[in-house]
Amino acid sequence: MTDCRLPVRYRVSSRVEETHDTVTITLEPADDPIAAFRPGQFMMLYSFGVGEIPISVSGPPGQPSLTHTIRSVGAVSASLCAAQPGQVVGVRGPFGTSWDDADSPGGDLLLVAGGIGLAPLRPALLSALAQPGRYRRIILLAGARSPAELVFAAEYGRWRDSGAEVGITVDRADASWPGQVGVVTQLIGQAHLDPLLTAALICGPEVMMRITARSLTAAGLPAASIWISLERNMQCGTAECGHCQLGPLLLCRDGPVVNFKIAEPLLAVKEL
Amino acid sequence: MSVISAELASHRFAAGLAAGQLDRLAAIATSIEVPAGTRLFEEGGHAASVWLIRTGRIALDLHVPGRDRLIVETLGPGDELGLSWLRPAARWQFGAIAQVTASAFELSSAKLTGLCDSDHELGYQLTRRLLGTAIDRLQAARIRILDLYASPSAAVGGL
Amino acid sequence: MATPADHRGRYQLTAAGLEDLHQALTSAGYRVIGPRVTADAIVLGELKSASELPFGWGVSLSPGGYRLRKRHDSAAFGHSAGPGSWKQFLHPPREQLWSASRTANGFVLDHDATPERPDKMAFLGVRPCDLRAIQIQDRVLGAGGGHRSAYARRRAAVFIVVVNCTEPGELCFCTSMGTGPESGPGFDLLLTELADGAGHSFIIEAGSEDGCQILEQLPVHPADPGLAEHADAAVAGAADRMGRFMDTGDIRELLAASHHAQRWEDVASRCLTCGNCTMACPTCFCTTAEDVTDFSGEHAERWQSWSSCFELDFSYLHGGPVRSSGVSRYRQWLTHKLGTWHDQFGSSGCVGCGRCIVWCPVGIDLTEEIAALRAERDASIPAAIAGPDAGSPETG
Repeated sequence: MTDCRLPVRYRVSSRVEETHDTVTITLEPADDPIAAFRPGQFMMLYSFGVGEIPISVSGPPGQPSLTHTIRSVGAVSASLCAAQPGQVVGVRGPFGTSWDDADSPGGDLLLVAGGIGLAPLRPALLSALAQPGRYRRIILLAGARSPAELVFAAEYGRWRDSGAEVGITVDRADASWPGQVGVVTQLIGQAHLDPLLTAALICGPEVMMRITARSLTAAGLPAASIWISLERNMQCGTAECGHCQLGPLLLCRDGPVVNFKIAEPLLAVKEL
Repeated sequence: MSVISAELASHRFAAGLAAGQLDRLAAIATSIEVPAGTRLFEEGGHAASVWLIRTGRIALDLHVPGRDRLIVETLGPGDELGLSWLRPAARWQFGAIAQVTASAFELSSAKLTGLCDSDHELGYQLTRRLLGTAIDRLQAARIRILDLYASPSAAVGGL
Repeated sequence: MATPADHRGRYQLTAAGLEDLHQALTSAGYRVIGPRVTADAIVLGELKSASELPFGWGVSLSPGGYRLRKRHDSAAFGHSAGPGSWKQFLHPPREQLWSASRTANGFVLDHDATPERPDKMAFLGVRPCDLRAIQIQDRVLGAGGGHRSAYARRRAAVFIVVVNCTEPGELCFCTSMGTGPESGPGFDLLLTELADGAGHSFIIEAGSEDGCQILEQLPVHPADPGLAEHADAAVAGAADRMGRFMDTGDIRELLAASHHAQRWEDVASRCLTCGNCTMACPTCFCTTAEDVTDFSGEHAERWQSWSSCFELDFSYLHGGPVRSSGVSRYRQWLTHKLGTWHDQFGSSGCVGCGRCIVWCPVGIDLTEEIAALRAERDASIPAAIAGPDAGSPETG
C-alpha cells in the first residue's frame, strides 16, 4: 500500500472545459494506483513545483482512473486546470469521510448542489444510479450562477434517463434560458419530498449549505437525515497538521462529509 | 362549493381559507390557459391582475438595452404572480411571459382590493399570504445578491 | 551490578555515576540530549559529557518571567521546564518531507525521497509531565497513514531517562492533569534525585529491556530501603507543593459551552497572538507544508515547519482566514488544548508543565482563564439553558 504522505504519479488522460474557469481532468495511474476512493472523499492534487490542494473526486468509484473537477481560483488550481493530456500530476489520498454514511436503502436520496458543489456529489449520484432499486427516488436539485456556469450540463439528460429526477435553476439568466431562475432552495417545494423517508446530501458554498439544510428541516427532514460537505484549510490530509479543525472535528478525518446534526451547532459559531 | 372553489382550495395560496372566503374569492376568479410564449404583461403596464399559477412556468423578465432580455425569476405551480398591484402606482416593475404552457386562476386586482376592503377577515388572510410570498422572494433575492457561487478570486473589495 | 533475576528492582547510583550513564549511552550509539545552561537559561542540547548538566542551577518562574538562580545544593535536575521541550527533537521545527525532479512530461520522486535512518537519541532528564507530552504527541503523530512517519521512526530509536519531580516549579500543575510528579510508564530508565545534606545520589530503575541493558553496565547497588523511602517521600511531597491548580472535572463540556463567553474578549485584549505558548508547549504539533523549487525549476521539495493556530493565515480559506480576530484564535488554542483534544485524540492536550504561562510575554495564565470561564458559566446558568442563539432567524 502506498504511503499517503508521498504524491503518487498520475497522468492526465483527458481534459474537459466545463465553464470559463472550471475544468474536469481524468487521471490514469502512471505507476501503481492508490487505494480506491468512496464518494465524497478527496485527494490532495500536486502540480510539480507549484503546490498541492484538496480536490474532491468527481467521477464514478470502482475504476482505476480518477476524475477531478477543478475551479481555477489560485496558483495551484490554475496550474491543474491548464494540465494537458500526457502531463503527470501527483495524487495523495483518498482522505476523509464518504456520502456512503448517508445511506437510506429503500428510501429517497436527495442531492442538493450549489455551483461546483455538484462535483463532489456526482460520484454519489452515479453510484446510486448504478444500483437500480436501491432507492425509491433519486432527486438531484442543482443551482448555479448562470447557465454558462452549470457543470456536467451535458449529462443531465442521461441522468434523467437513468431514473433521476433532475431540477436545475440558475441565479441569473437571459431569455435564451428556457429553465428556472431562482435560488436552489426554491426547487425543494417542487420536489414534494417525503421528509421521513429522505436522506439529503448537500454540497456547495457553506452559506448555501446552511440555508438549504434549514429549508429541508423546515420541510420536515430531521437534521440527522441531512449530510453536508465541509471545507477548511487542508494540508496534510492525515490529521497531523492541525489546519483543518472545525471545533472537535478534523475535517480530513471526521469530514468532509459531516452529519448536519453535528455540523449545525458548529457552523453557528462565528470564526470557529 | 363551486368547481372553481374546490380547485382554488387545493392551491397553496388559498389553502386554509374558510369555505365562505373561498367562495367569495372564486366568484372573482377565472380559470385560464396560457400557451407557451404568451406575454401576460409588460414592464410599465397597469398592474390590473393577480394570478395563482396552477401548472407550467412563468418567467419575470426585464428588457435591458443592448442585451437580451434578462430573466429575473421563474414562478411555477403554487406560486402567486403579481405584487406590484398592491402599490398605489400599480405599475408592473417587470414583464411576465409563459416559458412553458401554463394554467392559472386570474383575478382582477381592483375586484380583489374591493373584496378585501369589504371583508376585512379575508383581507387579513390574503395580506398574510402575500406578505409570506414577499418575504420568501426577498430572502431568496438577498441570497442571490450575495453571489455565493462567484469565484473567490473574482471578489472585489473583500466581498 | 544488577543480576538478571532482579533487573526490574530499584538501585542506587552516585552523582558521579551519571558520567557512567552518559558513557554507556554513548557506547550504545546514542546521542545524549539533556539540559544545559546556555545564555541565561536551561536549554536542551547535546551533552558531550554528564558534567555539562546544570549541577547546582535552578530557575525562578513567574507568568512572563524566567530567571536562572544558583541553588544551595548541587542537584543536576533541580529546575523546572525550560523554554524548549523534547518535541524539537522528535518533531523538528523544520524538516524535508520529500523531493522530486522534473521529467519530460511530469516528475519523479527522488530515490531518497524518504529520510534516511534517524540517529539514535537518548533523552536524559525528561520530566514525568514531558514524558506524558511525548506520549500525547505519539497519539497524534505516531499513527496514521498506514506507514511509519518520520516521527514514528525517530520515536522508535529514542531512549528515555525520566527524572521524577521532587521540587515543582512555581507554575506547575501536573497533579491537576494527572501527569506527575511521579512518572507513569513509558521510560527506559527512571531516576529520582536526592541532593541534600546526606549527599548527592539517585534511585534508579529500568522500565524496559533497553533500560535494563544500560542499567546492567552501571556501577549500581540495590537501593537502601531508607533512601528509597526518602526519595519516594520527596516525590509524594512535591504533589502538595504545586504552584497552580486546574479543575478539569467538566472542562471539555465547559469549553464546548463557552464559545460566546465574554472572557474571550478579556483575554484577547491582553493576548498578542505571538504564538510563544504554542512553541513552548510540549504537545502543540501543528505544522505547515511548503513547496519550494530551485532557480532552475527542475527540482522541487516539500518542507514541513512548525506552525501555530495564532498565525493569521493558519485558517486561510477562499480569500481570507476563518479565524481572523484575536478572540477567535485564543479561543481556538485554549479550547483545543483543554477541550476538543479529548474529542480528537482521547485525552487532554495539556500536561500541566506551565511553560505557556512562563513564556507568555504578558503572563496569561490558562489556569486562571479556565477558572474565569467556569465562573462566568456558573453565574449565568439561566442564559446557558436558553442558549445564546435562541430565537428564530430574523427576516429583517
